[in-house]
Amino acid sequence: MKNEKEHLFDKPRNVKRLLTIFYGFLAVLLIGDFFIHKHTDFAWEAWPEFYATYGFVACVVLVLAAKYLLRPIVKRREDYYD
Amino acid sequence: MINTVPPGLIFIIGALFIPLIKNRTMKCGYLLLLPIISFINLIHIPVGTNFTVEFLGYNLVFAEIDRLSLLFGYVFHLITVIAVIYALHVKDDLQHVAGYIYGGAALGVTFAGDLLSLFVFWEMLTVGSVFLIWARRTQKSLDAGFRYALVHIVGGLMLLAGILMHIHSTGSVDFTYIGLENGNLGSYLIFFGFGVNCAWPLLHPWLTDAYPEATITGVIFLSAFTTKTAVYALARAFPGTSMLIWIGAVMTMFPIFYAVIENDLRRVLAYSLINQVGFMVCGIGIGTHLAINGAVSHAFNDIIFKALLFMSVGAVMYRTGKVNATDLGGLYKSMPLTCLFCIVGAASISAFPLFSGFVSKSMVMSAASMGGMSLIWFMLLFASAGVFHHAGIKIPFFAFFSHDSGIRTKEAPLNMLIAMGIAAFLCIFIGTFPQYSVYRLLPFTDVVYHPYTPTHIMAQTQLLFFSALAFTLLLLSGIYPSEIRAINLDFDLFYRKGSKLAVSVVTTFAGGIAKGLDYVFIKTLPAKLAALSKHPLSSMMKEYKNAGVVTGSTPETSSMLMPSGVPVLIAVAFLFILASVFLF
Repeated sequence: MKNEKEHLFDKPRNVKRLLTIFYGFLAVLLIGDFFIHKHTDFAWEAWPEFYATYGFVACVVLVLAAKYLLRPIVKRREDYYD
Repeated sequence: MINTVPPGLIFIIGALFIPLIKNRTMKCGYLLLLPIISFINLIHIPVGTNFTVEFLGYNLVFAEIDRLSLLFGYVFHLITVIAVIYALHVKDDLQHVAGYIYGGAALGVTFAGDLLSLFVFWEMLTVGSVFLIWARRTQKSLDAGFRYALVHIVGGLMLLAGILMHIHSTGSVDFTYIGLENGNLGSYLIFFGFGVNCAWPLLHPWLTDAYPEATITGVIFLSAFTTKTAVYALARAFPGTSMLIWIGAVMTMFPIFYAVIENDLRRVLAYSLINQVGFMVCGIGIGTHLAINGAVSHAFNDIIFKALLFMSVGAVMYRTGKVNATDLGGLYKSMPLTCLFCIVGAASISAFPLFSGFVSKSMVMSAASMGGMSLIWFMLLFASAGVFHHAGIKIPFFAFFSHDSGIRTKEAPLNMLIAMGIAAFLCIFIGTFPQYSVYRLLPFTDVVYHPYTPTHIMAQTQLLFFSALAFTLLLLSGIYPSEIRAINLDFDLFYRKGSKLAVSVVTTFAGGIAKGLDYVFIKTLPAKLAALSKHPLSSMMKEYKNAGVVTGSTPETSSMLMPSGVPVLIAVAFLFILASVFLF
């Protein structure tokens, strides 16, 4: 392992760069939302940042529900059925 | 014009010759040639009803060719080529034979014009697929295969009963629109028979139980055929059945919760398979031309990108022998191409613009919103965000990035890379140029759909990137559930534990009876009868004495021996009594 070449994400700096680009793109998406003429079926689709908010909230709810509600109920040892 | 044969026949007959070819190169050539010959055969069969055979007064049709069946026929050939390339290194003939029989059965179902031949191919699907699970040859795969077979046998029987009732009430064996409006029990049985193979909620655990236990290459076939033939059958027989809208919407929702906490990456993909089939089922339920087009084109795309994801995880498993998220990580360093292909598959299933999922899933979403189904639309949107979360991010992240597991291995074998490369190319090509690919094959040509509108691109990109933001923040804050070596109970609990309970009830109850019978008829009675026939009087005296009927000393046994004629006399008297009872 010592002589192994350093890979892309071994440097914390690169991870930081990636995250910065990612956050930057999110900002572009948030701002770009105001410059698009929307054609929608439902009224709420045209609300500012509707999809961004829904995507974020949905995933937080998904993870929290899976972790705190589902896992305590269904988690068993790997040899449960053996 | 060339002479054609029913679609599927080349796969099924061709499969039987695979073990006879001993030379490796020739075998590889033969395996690759089969789908090509079969495809050429398919495109030469004219549109309409072909290969009709009369059987018991009914017309069996082995090639009902129209746009709907052709779309599935094409993609089944395509995925067979890809799966066979991926499996070329496999020396186990059983897997190749099973794979081709399974594929042939899927084609048989797709082109069946009548319910009876449909049923035969439907059962053949189970036979072919179960060997792809057993071929892993572990105790777990053996058990899972048996459970898989049992569930499908029950589903198949339900379908058979439904078909017979349907024929009885309508007098027709044609496989065409059936619907539930007639209220016949037969229609419902067919509906739920299809539902078992389609992995509807509560009927689904066979999928998440068995697929992760299948062989690395077998699961590529599995992910393509069983559920998609069921989607095809529903699209043919039950379009516009409103119950399907809700079934589909629930299918998109519940597996993603499981997928978030699942450790086995192939099981995560199995859950996401149900989630994607949910979009198709929902589209079929909505039933408009746009919705059906969306459902079947999504089936087309899903077969390719789901296979790509299974192939990339399979390649990791092949090289490292591990498939649990807890054991993997950092593999982008040693398997960069596999990692890249996995990301393409992940982007496609998440429906990123320019990737295949985008152009098909959005049709179902649009059909829901055009129909004003707001709750369904919210459920599907939740599932869209969720699928990116568990399949789009989780699979590549935990396998190839995350914490470095320290595993250093080789890149996947060349044949696997080629197969993944073809699938990845198709995902991007279809996503970028749908009008030159999947949109040309759609069953309804009267609806035109443009996925690449600014509104839609912005909406989908926002949805996905902010899902990614949620993942990033939850991971950085440590809230994201860490991968744990554990299993998660699903509905299969009821038959896995239920069967044990049933066995213990039966053994306790029936065992008790058997024990009693054993005591009376094996241990006690014969001994007593033997003693009685040998020394009747003395043993009778003994019994009487034991029972307290007589007292005093028992005479010597030897002096109580009965003359041999006496038992004969008793027997004759007994027969005489019986005869008198019967005669008078």
